[in-house]
Amino acid sequence: MKKTVFIAAAILLGAFITGALDVVHPFGDPLEVPMDDYFIANALNDISAENIVTAIVFDYRGFDTIGEAAVLFTALTAVSVLLREGRKKP
Amino acid sequence: MNPLSVVVRTVCDLFAWFMIVFGVNVLLHGYVTPGGGFQGGAIIATFTAFLLVAYGGKRVAARVNNKLFDLFEEIGLIVFFILAFLGFPITFFFNFMARPLAESASGILPGVGTVALMSAAVGLEVTGALSLIILTMHKGIRMFKVEPLEQETGHER
Repeated sequence: MKKTVFIAAAILLGAFITGALDVVHPFGDPLEVPMDDYFIANALNDISAENIVTAIVFDYRGFDTIGEAAVLFTALTAVSVLLREGRKKP
Repeated sequence: MNPLSVVVRTVCDLFAWFMIVFGVNVLLHGYVTPGGGFQGGAIIATFTAFLLVAYGGKRVAARVNNKLFDLFEEIGLIVFFILAFLGFPITFFFNFMARPLAESASGILPGVGTVALMSAAVGLEVTGALSLIILTMHKGIRMFKVEPLEQETGHER
């Protein structure tokens, strides 16, 4: 009984995913994103940064960089807590 | 981790410092050339891993001070947040030092303003964090070894 339910659910999920592939826009033809064009057109004039990637990372989307720094800080904290001194030998 | 042979150690003596110089170069010129804070910091942190592999854990643990990397990370994060807060009358992360390209033809710090400074700060932070992660994980390897550290065998020192 349980197995039948699981198989039915898997078939349903596969059908949904296969159906969703119809809606995906074709490869090499991305959606129109006005943000990209804005960055490419104005990054050099706004803040005179030759490297647009750095301009996006540290200026336009600086808030995301806080998240990246937080990820690194969390990794360091986790490693320090897991491998701290005075831990008992297994 | 045992120290490697004299060949590896000599190469480490000769070329490890160029690694730091290259990392600082990538880090400071992030606004002009491909690179930036994260990449430069990762290159500098490679130096710690290189030192650890070439010279073994005992000498590195005796020489390297973990508090230095701790300080790197704290200073980097604090400078990053202060620079973010300085643009606050407009918005968080407002680039208050930015100039258009036409006005910033010359000068040490061109019109990028806080982008270059934040890149350096994040590079410092990444350097400290990745080096500390490498050193702490190496300490964790040593912790579960059966024989004491003084008996580790290797090539001649």
